[in-house]
Amino acid sequence: MSTFPELLFARAAEHPRATAMQEKRYGVWQPLSWARYARRVRELAHGLAGLGVGRGDVVAVLGDNRPEWLITELAVQCLGGAVVGVYPSSVGEEIRHVLSLAEVRVVVAEDQEQVDKLIRLKDQLPKLATIVYYDPRGLAGYPQPYLERFTDIEAAGAEQAEAQPSWLAARLALVHPDDTAIICTTSGTTARPKLAELTHANLIAMAEHLAEIDPVLPGYRYVSFLPLAWIGEQMLAVACGLRHGLTLSFPEDAATQRTDLREIAPDVMFSPPRIWESMLSEVQVRIDEAGWLKRRVFGWAYQVGDRMAARRSAGRAAGALLRAAHRVADAVGLRPVRDQLGLLRIKRCYTGGAALSPDVFRFFHALGVNLRQIYGQTEICGIAVAHRDGDLRFHTVGGPIPGTELRISDGGEILLRSPSVFRGYLHDPAATAAATDADGWLHTGDAGYLDDGHLVVIDRQADVLHRPDGSRFSSAFIENRLKFSPYVEEAVAFHGGRGVTAMLCLDPATVGAWAERARIGYTTYTDLAAQPAVADLLAAEVARANADLPATMRIRRFVLLHKQLDPDDDEITRTRKVRRNVIATRYADIIAALDGDEPTVEVDTTVAYQDGTTAERAITLTIHRPVDVEQLAGRRRRPAWSGRA
Amino acid sequence: MITREYQFPLSGSTMPAGEPVLTVSDVSLRFGGVQALDGVALTVRQGEIHAVIGPNGAGKSSLLNCVSGLYRPQRGSIRLVRADGAVDLVGRRPDQIARLGLARSFQNIELFRHLTVLENLMLGRHHRMSHALLPALVWFGPARRQEIEHRALVEEVIDLLELQVVRHQPVGALSYGYAKRVELGRALCMQPAVLLLDEPMAGMNAEEKESLARYVLDVNELAGVSVVLVEHDMDVVMDISHAVTVLDFGRLIADGPPAQVRRDPPVISAYLGEAAR
Repeated sequence: MSTFPELLFARAAEHPRATAMQEKRYGVWQPLSWARYARRVRELAHGLAGLGVGRGDVVAVLGDNRPEWLITELAVQCLGGAVVGVYPSSVGEEIRHVLSLAEVRVVVAEDQEQVDKLIRLKDQLPKLATIVYYDPRGLAGYPQPYLERFTDIEAAGAEQAEAQPSWLAARLALVHPDDTAIICTTSGTTARPKLAELTHANLIAMAEHLAEIDPVLPGYRYVSFLPLAWIGEQMLAVACGLRHGLTLSFPEDAATQRTDLREIAPDVMFSPPRIWESMLSEVQVRIDEAGWLKRRVFGWAYQVGDRMAARRSAGRAAGALLRAAHRVADAVGLRPVRDQLGLLRIKRCYTGGAALSPDVFRFFHALGVNLRQIYGQTEICGIAVAHRDGDLRFHTVGGPIPGTELRISDGGEILLRSPSVFRGYLHDPAATAAATDADGWLHTGDAGYLDDGHLVVIDRQADVLHRPDGSRFSSAFIENRLKFSPYVEEAVAFHGGRGVTAMLCLDPATVGAWAERARIGYTTYTDLAAQPAVADLLAAEVARANADLPATMRIRRFVLLHKQLDPDDDEITRTRKVRRNVIATRYADIIAALDGDEPTVEVDTTVAYQDGTTAERAITLTIHRPVDVEQLAGRRRRPAWSGRA
Repeated sequence: MITREYQFPLSGSTMPAGEPVLTVSDVSLRFGGVQALDGVALTVRQGEIHAVIGPNGAGKSSLLNCVSGLYRPQRGSIRLVRADGAVDLVGRRPDQIARLGLARSFQNIELFRHLTVLENLMLGRHHRMSHALLPALVWFGPARRQEIEHRALVEEVIDLLELQVVRHQPVGALSYGYAKRVELGRALCMQPAVLLLDEPMAGMNAEEKESLARYVLDVNELAGVSVVLVEHDMDVVMDISHAVTVLDFGRLIADGPPAQVRRDPPVISAYLGEAAR
């Protein structure tokens, strides 16, 4: 078994009637069996061949997670081509960059919204010949001759498949494990995204190595709700999905993800920290709204769960008394919360893509969710290092997975080598040469060190700071401390001449709920962020973060930004990683003022209205100081599960 | 092939696009000494959004109430044109008119607050369900089949109006914007020949108005439903309508495409007063 189409057709032959994927539509989960999945792939492959797709071609897919996404991906792979996913929320230049770099001739787009974006770019993309859409609503009257309906292509392909039944088998025989299967955009926090080429062999090796430490059984449920353009989603939904036979579920709508997740209660999950952080926030908000009795019961159950988790992660056995208490705690306090979060059946769950605060980790373990950190990059199929059961340390990312070698270079950079190291960046040999060396080591660009066999990742090498005593330090470390507060959505720390300062973005849901409870009226996000009471709230939160930081790294002053960081403004990537260089130039005034002593700073903002007009507006932001750490001493430490002091 | 297209036509009219579906001619309505409508005439064409605008008290809602059968005009005719000929609506009861294919929403939200969104929408199918007591009671045979079929149509309306996330929530717990959308959805579930919307955007802020206007456009463009939109807010109307009728003190003062109506001197004076001329 060496390519994805082979894996698919083998599954279809072996378990034709088992459910490969299901999509919630019209309020009902609509299943697609492995046999039918394989048939649709076969027919679409014939149809796409009719549009001129062949060996070595790249087809782009632009849309939310739907069965058609994967059917397209597999159909293209049957023909010896590769797919590149474009984040469905991308606009203009981002889409153009990917499509022109990959020399895409055929795009499969979801609906009218995506097709409209492509039509506007058509003139700038001379190679683009056909746009195939699978949701035809609203597109009936479009005159553009290069638009094709997905179902028409499938129907044409079905006819071809009937006429030439052995044609596809001949094409499939040409597909080699070392052919590029998918192209993933790198997150691009510093520059425009590069396109990493990953082969069938790369991805399948990754899926096999991961299963060596965490076996995955056929029929395990997986909810696919993160963009398929992201390597993490390809890793689980496609590579592990086909290799191990996961059943995928696609939510009905972006807004119903949470309820759909709960309905499915997946066995396997892989999400970036923000998903876990938002689950924690949800628990905090709802527990704080609960009555006295429920808070007490949950508080006790959590405390028992936390003790149990501490034993388990260290690989020690718990005593009989603790085990008995835990059984009760689980029934009355922990299990109901897992149920609410859709984590009742979870067996394998991972976080990756960025650092997750140790406190959030600890929370999930206390709940009885075996969350594990993994570390990897797009260039190594998303995963190379992972925690093992019974050997969990919250500040590390664990050890290399089987088949993977790990080394720290003399410069402190993390180097990795495995069969999953990518083939190269598409049409960019210089960048490829910079990322991999002759011996096959991948230079990750991340700084880290080994701690008793566990890897500790500090940050991107470019963002690592050197303290006077020579030790290395990361802004991400400070930012994660800040983001542990349920009220902080994003935090960016700066190191000025006079100490550390921070720019914070509020979490509108939790701060909004808090303001409601505190009877503070507000209109917009900007207004909420300017409320003095909110500033006081955050001053105490920053102080709590300070208490956990070494004295030289404590936040001296901070500001509550008047807006949320937005991928449309380039401030944050589509996978929600902060672009420091953009922030540094755009908010240079604020950063400079933070380092000074002025109590306020003027910022000019451009307000873009929905009709396209813009207006300049000056806003005065107040710079706040955190509460002194010493003042916190008298206060009780807030439990992890509550937003209340 | 598994298509993502809707399976049910939401427009109950089979008239070709551009043909008249609803004609109002010479309608006059008087309450004692008040002349609410005075010889009003207009033609709604298939597939169009036809706006009726005017200042407060111009007679917009009176006209709508005449069409939907709540008021009976003293003079004039209101005809619904169907493929098998025109039907005069004057003198018919509101429930008969609804059965003929005129669905409406109200200025104040008129939903069952304690029922869920889904249940409220299912009520929009009520007039097309036949109820034999016993099968309906035990959820058996034809009753079951019938309800599943109606639910399939309702789900397409939920999809069109993006109500999935509130599907099982009671309407009383929803925000104003959502409730308005549910009301629009319930009217749509009737598969109307003409959809009458009475000031759907009243009491909304700019953002909510824009959002609802988009759904009205979707209803018109994606589902092909002809819409009569009675509205106080002139700006919204001008952006989304194909034809505009302007009333003032019960009389028709302008009728035509929005660009033309916007420049019409009597319209400007009715809205902005004499001094603006």
